[in-house]
Amino acid sequence: MTNTPLTPGVVAGRLDAAVLAANFADVAPPLGVHEARVAADRCYFCHDAPCITACPTAIDIPLFIRQIATGTPEAAARTIFAQNILGGTCARVCPTENLCEGACVREAAEGKPVEIGALQRFATDTAMASGTHPFARAAATGRKVAVVGAGPAGLAAAHRLAMLGHAVTLYDARPKAGGLNEYGLAAYKVPGGFAQAEVKWLLQIGGIAVLNGWALGRDGNLDELRAVHDAVFLGLGLAGVNALGLAGENLDQVLPATDFIRELRQASDLARLPVGRDVVVIGGGMTAVDAAVQSKLLGAENVTIVYRRTQAEMPASRHEQDHATASGVKIILSAAPVAIHGAGAVREVEFAYTRAGAKGLEVTGQTFRLKADQLFTAIGQSLGGAPASLALDGRKIAVSGPGRTSLPNVWAGGDCAAGGDDLTVTAVAEGRDAAMDIHANLMGA
Amino acid sequence: MADLSSTFVGIRSPNPFWLASAPPTDKEVNVVRAYKAGWGGVVWKTLGEDGPPIVNVNGPRYGAIWGADRRLLGLNNIELITDRPLEVNLREITQVKRAWRDRALVVSLMVPCDEESWKAILKRVEETEADGVELNFGCPHGMAERGMGSAVGQVPEYIEMVTRWCKQNSRMPVIVKLTPNIADIRKPAEAALRGGADAVSLINTINSITSVDLDLFAPEPTLDGKGTHGGYCGPAVKPIALNMVAEIARSPATRALPISGIGGVTTWRDAAEFLALGAGNVQVCTAAMTYGFKIVEEMISGLSQYLDEKGIALADLVGRAVPNVTDWQHLNLNYVTKAVINQTDCIKCGRCYAACEDTSHQAIAMSDDRVFTVKEEECVACNLCVDVCPVEGCITMRELALGEVDKRTGRPVEAYANWTTHPNNPSARAAE
Repeated sequence: MTNTPLTPGVVAGRLDAAVLAANFADVAPPLGVHEARVAADRCYFCHDAPCITACPTAIDIPLFIRQIATGTPEAAARTIFAQNILGGTCARVCPTENLCEGACVREAAEGKPVEIGALQRFATDTAMASGTHPFARAAATGRKVAVVGAGPAGLAAAHRLAMLGHAVTLYDARPKAGGLNEYGLAAYKVPGGFAQAEVKWLLQIGGIAVLNGWALGRDGNLDELRAVHDAVFLGLGLAGVNALGLAGENLDQVLPATDFIRELRQASDLARLPVGRDVVVIGGGMTAVDAAVQSKLLGAENVTIVYRRTQAEMPASRHEQDHATASGVKIILSAAPVAIHGAGAVREVEFAYTRAGAKGLEVTGQTFRLKADQLFTAIGQSLGGAPASLALDGRKIAVSGPGRTSLPNVWAGGDCAAGGDDLTVTAVAEGRDAAMDIHANLMGA
Repeated sequence: MADLSSTFVGIRSPNPFWLASAPPTDKEVNVVRAYKAGWGGVVWKTLGEDGPPIVNVNGPRYGAIWGADRRLLGLNNIELITDRPLEVNLREITQVKRAWRDRALVVSLMVPCDEESWKAILKRVEETEADGVELNFGCPHGMAERGMGSAVGQVPEYIEMVTRWCKQNSRMPVIVKLTPNIADIRKPAEAALRGGADAVSLINTINSITSVDLDLFAPEPTLDGKGTHGGYCGPAVKPIALNMVAEIARSPATRALPISGIGGVTTWRDAAEFLALGAGNVQVCTAAMTYGFKIVEEMISGLSQYLDEKGIALADLVGRAVPNVTDWQHLNLNYVTKAVINQTDCIKCGRCYAACEDTSHQAIAMSDDRVFTVKEEECVACNLCVDVCPVEGCITMRELALGEVDKRTGRPVEAYANWTTHPNNPSARAAE
């Protein structure tokens, strides 16, 4: 190892392999059997439980926890998967404190909710480790459905459609299926190749043909898909990234945080992945946190998240914020970028403090500069390359009911569709519900 | 610090906490450790007749049930009486008693049902200068198959007979240990009294199978694929023991008979409850077997604090709750309460609603925003909501004042009246 966190510039190998391995190990190690039983015992088995209402996929949480408590995690997993086939990923990445655990009555009672996410992981890990798939495919219906995008929404839709007996072709532009599960989550949340293992496990349902490297608009268009399928589901995600619109944005080492995260997830050797000594991340969501924390874990000396609004308005959950600061990331609030300085590569980023004004956020005259040899932007993503024939709602595909678009026999769900939070679990719910609606339509129910 | 010193059937001990006859009292080393830890007395593990030592199983002797975090709630055992030679036990008892004059040392006995056997063992125990004997008519496993233990305790005539032999052949106080494996605990207690017993101790263990191994299809504890019923003890048996103690304490025939309370005593509070129901002292086993001898420190400090707070002496506590134990027919049917849910404390789990709606009287309403309220016109005050509520004190029972209208019956609350005078009772007597 020749480099250290103090080495100037954007370089690889700031930390040795053992430190990197520890840094990128499972951020929340799984519960053991006894831990799970104790954690499960804390569930009150509430009537019409608030946690179920708070879950976008409406998993019967008290039931699956009781199934864990009584020594049948496989049954618990089936309860979870029946509502959310990506329950394994969701157990790892859901902002549970804003969802099920936030609604848990023990949160109200004592500020310590039942560890629903950890228990869900215990159940789903146990079931997936058995290698078997809990559901069987219905008799073939002879109907063909195209699912575009193999992210959470597309995978959930494809699984449900295949389970109901339809023949699914799952198209995805990238070399691997999984979408953000594979390319967009922090590595320490889904270590050990979990995303691909989950896809492989999910595909055991049968009836799903995966076509990787196929991009809508490049390798085929919507009309062609509609011509040869009985229905189309679009789970395109958000391929575009929002730009800052500042001078200097074209300097070297100014890049979308999503690119950095994707490269990190696909890196075969983290010791060979370059990172800056002084890293600045602009944004306040999960992507900003994931990029910042992973920069720090790769060995950057100084990592700063700068968010233009207040802490309460930060889209990243409090748990995520705390994880960032505990990892050594500094968070500066109420400051917006006004200029990017540098020659060739970025050297400094200039910010102005903001305040709430009569017409929204205002920039004050008070500015400061942060040293930066790498700048990641994480100010949101946008729908890129959606078929022009689809009506939009704002900047996303307009949908009504369970993901029906403006075109007959075309459904959409996940981040590309209007409405709902841009969360994995919401995408799963939308994919599943669209699949049920497609099924009803195809079968003339 | 309240004075906890205790005198039970003339046997003095610095506190009312004795270790029950069981594995913790089988050897000098254990008993001395217990005394050093602060136990007021011990009942030495049951001695049998002279001869070839008792044989125990060499597989598991105990089975258990647990809470989720392995808190031991109930224990059962198939261990027999002491398996050490009689003379070794007697020698150690003698040594221990000489060294620990201020502590109680009672010897538990179990020999065949003939007078000569009892005469022989009593003579040898007397030589140890032990404070008294406890007749083991309780153990429900193993020895019962040989006509001893609970096989005696289940036949009042045998209890009376053996007790009488012991009183006739010994100057020592005789405590008769009763088995709960019987329909009416008052009958063996009466028999002990007739035989001249100085006291009874109860309960011995309850016949039980703790669980079934669902792979081996065999009861636990399992030995070589088989299991047998064993004696159940620990926190789970306390309610059964409390009732049996109370039945003897309030029965006119036995109310003068001193009681040594046994059965799931785990904390000072459990001990205080036994004392309040008429026990003169308590015996502990499972709690010591679970946590070690040190727990007696908490029992001493807790009972002492409680007595100080109440401003009463230990003797004042004994039997204090007995007058309030009555028969169902004497309960006040005009005592009316209604559940009240404290909305500030409520965490909106809805367990009260599920319990009441599904299994009781449909007396709790649930709003769309999860506010739970009692429907007084339906509430029969059964207390189930209080029992299932996870927040202690959140649901309480409000007593209706005399004259207040009970919304369920539409009638005002009247003065005390019970079943014996109720119009629906075919054998009701006219109210005086």
